[in-house]
Amino acid sequence: MVAVTEPATIASKARTRKPVGRMAALAAYLQALPLFLILGAFLLLPLLLIAVVSFWDYDFAAMYPDFVTFNYTETLGSWVTWQTYLNTLKFAVIVWAITLFIGFWVAYFLAFHVRTSSMQTVLFLICTVPFLTSNIIRMISWIPVLGRNGLVNSALVEAGLVSAPVEWLLYSDFAVVLAMVHLYTLFMVTPIFNTLMRIDRALLEAARDAGASSFQVLTNVILPLAKPGMAIGTIFVVTLVMADFSTVQVMSGGQSASVALMMKNQMSLLQYPAAAANAVVLLVLVLLMVAGILRIVDIRKEL
Amino acid sequence: MTKTTSTKAGISRRSLLKTGAAAAGLAAGSGAITGFPTIWAQNPITLRQFGTGVSNINAIAEKCKEDLGITLEMTATDSDAAAQRAVTQPNSYDIADIEYWILKKVYPSGVIQPMETAKLKYYDKVVPLFKTGKLLPDSVIAQGTAPHTVGYVESKDAKTFAAGETGFFTMMPTIYNADTLGIRPDLVGREITTWADIMDPAFKGKTSILNIPSIGIMDAAMIMEALGNIKYADKGNMTKEEIDATIDFLIKAKQDGQFRAFWKSFDESVNLMASGEVVIQSMWSPAVAAVRSRGIACKYQPLKEGYRSWGGGLGLASHLSGAQLDAAYEYINWYTSGWVGGYLNRQGYYSACMETAKEFMSPDEWGYWIEGKPAQGDILSPEGKVMEKAGAVRDGGSFEERMGKVACWNSVMDEDRYMVRRWNEFIAA
Repeated sequence: MVAVTEPATIASKARTRKPVGRMAALAAYLQALPLFLILGAFLLLPLLLIAVVSFWDYDFAAMYPDFVTFNYTETLGSWVTWQTYLNTLKFAVIVWAITLFIGFWVAYFLAFHVRTSSMQTVLFLICTVPFLTSNIIRMISWIPVLGRNGLVNSALVEAGLVSAPVEWLLYSDFAVVLAMVHLYTLFMVTPIFNTLMRIDRALLEAARDAGASSFQVLTNVILPLAKPGMAIGTIFVVTLVMADFSTVQVMSGGQSASVALMMKNQMSLLQYPAAAANAVVLLVLVLLMVAGILRIVDIRKEL
Repeated sequence: MTKTTSTKAGISRRSLLKTGAAAAGLAAGSGAITGFPTIWAQNPITLRQFGTGVSNINAIAEKCKEDLGITLEMTATDSDAAAQRAVTQPNSYDIADIEYWILKKVYPSGVIQPMETAKLKYYDKVVPLFKTGKLLPDSVIAQGTAPHTVGYVESKDAKTFAAGETGFFTMMPTIYNADTLGIRPDLVGREITTWADIMDPAFKGKTSILNIPSIGIMDAAMIMEALGNIKYADKGNMTKEEIDATIDFLIKAKQDGQFRAFWKSFDESVNLMASGEVVIQSMWSPAVAAVRSRGIACKYQPLKEGYRSWGGGLGLASHLSGAQLDAAYEYINWYTSGWVGGYLNRQGYYSACMETAKEFMSPDEWGYWIEGKPAQGDILSPEGKVMEKAGAVRDGGSFEERMGKVACWNSVMDEDRYMVRRWNEFIAA
């Protein structure tokens, strides 16, 4: 998503430059050309193809070039789609709120409480350690922890806290949210940490000198300046959750649906045009969400 | 495609076939097959085989190379991808190793050429299930896409299936089995006798069915009928109303919390059962074996309504001709000559040419796997691992008891697309 905004940035830079001559203008375009080619070939073109295919007809074996709209009417006309989108948005909001809260305080600790920069680096690297294993493994490791006879339940039962194993720990919305928070918090920590590190420490001292309490420093100085990082983190987390299918499938035991899971089901049944229509709807929704975030926060301000 | 799809659900029941297959090839393949010309060794021929079934067993490719000198290139995909590839890339394969319900979708497009039964050396030995639909003369023909209904055509160019036995076979049957519910006998605490038992309120939150629409709907149909909710004209080809009734029932059961989870892949079903998350669920026979191999009691419970069955075979691509076609025939004749059959029987599947397979199995193995007798000694898997100790009896008993009680075959419905849409609603509900 961030990548999409880049050609615009470059183009606007090219435009603001004083026209020295045709050669200079040409040079600017030449500079933008490689990125344009890459994004054009590997992002815009595939997206265009998906949009085109979403209007095609299909059966089990093949797709037939056509212009039909039933892929959209079937998708948008079904209560399943709406419920699935609602469910996915619910996950997105919950996971976003939790990761933002955790992410901000982890970044805050790293940026302001850890004094030496070498220690900061070490602690930050520790945050990334779980990422040395694959996404799937980190997710699946929760199953023996949360299961009916898993670690948590055995501990609770043996400690006499509950008489029967707690069922909703695994294969539930709780499990999905837990796994997603675990998987995606770092995507919030990193950009927020980055912006916090760029805050001029003199500003904090000035605020103190002007008589601000710690809380006022936080709300009036740090939070406003951390907004771009929060916005970038939000974009990461929201787009990841909106596009997630494996976490939802594994952690809900197939009981819960997400938009991407719906698409994956359609693709595994080779209903590509239906999946393409779904993808276009999801893309539009996610782009609108990102546009909304960018309207609220100017992320370029602090980059 | 191979790499990514081979872990997916459609073929997973067989994906463990390939484990340790090389060792087994050496162990079991000492009795060399005689009577085949070895001309292919001098004039190397490669056959490209793709599909859902036995394409996963490397031991077969090795043995084939050894016996015939034919190099087999195998590609495994899940069943939906197999159907698509069969139709859209007919030149990418020589042998299609697919299930019968896929053949029903694929054959009318003309990508598979019928084989002349006269050229099939062991055609006479094929069990009658694939010729008439009846294993025994008094068997009842099962619902769904029964293999014999798509097994024959009238002529070389016919695009529709023949009503009865003709000289043109669409596919040589190779592998098939009967599926039922798996249970944890230590945890269910009572006799399980019918498909309806999975809906028993006592097992609330401890059951699972598989989330592969085309197979899951059949299991659901078996349950619905066992409960007496509905009587399908043909479970394998439901009307829209029947699909609606079935899915509405599933949605209600899901919302009441009857299911713990839905599984999509082989390993998920093993883990659900082994961890005790579920005590009764749809299962495939190698998954039951995998749970048992961990020392956990698990039973492939025969049920009074009968089994849901599946079967696959080898078909010839339309483009084959000349020496390649001869080699393909020779491969299929070798395939049905017994070594592979014995191998498959020892996996817990069934070979279509039982008589030839018998010669490649010990009397004890034959007794355990096929006749339903108690094992005399340890029963080993083709990989040499102990599967059952002496005295064990196979769940469901003999070949004739199991395959004689097939209630329906895996199938493709006319209302396929509608069914899948409703199935998605069930999962989203």
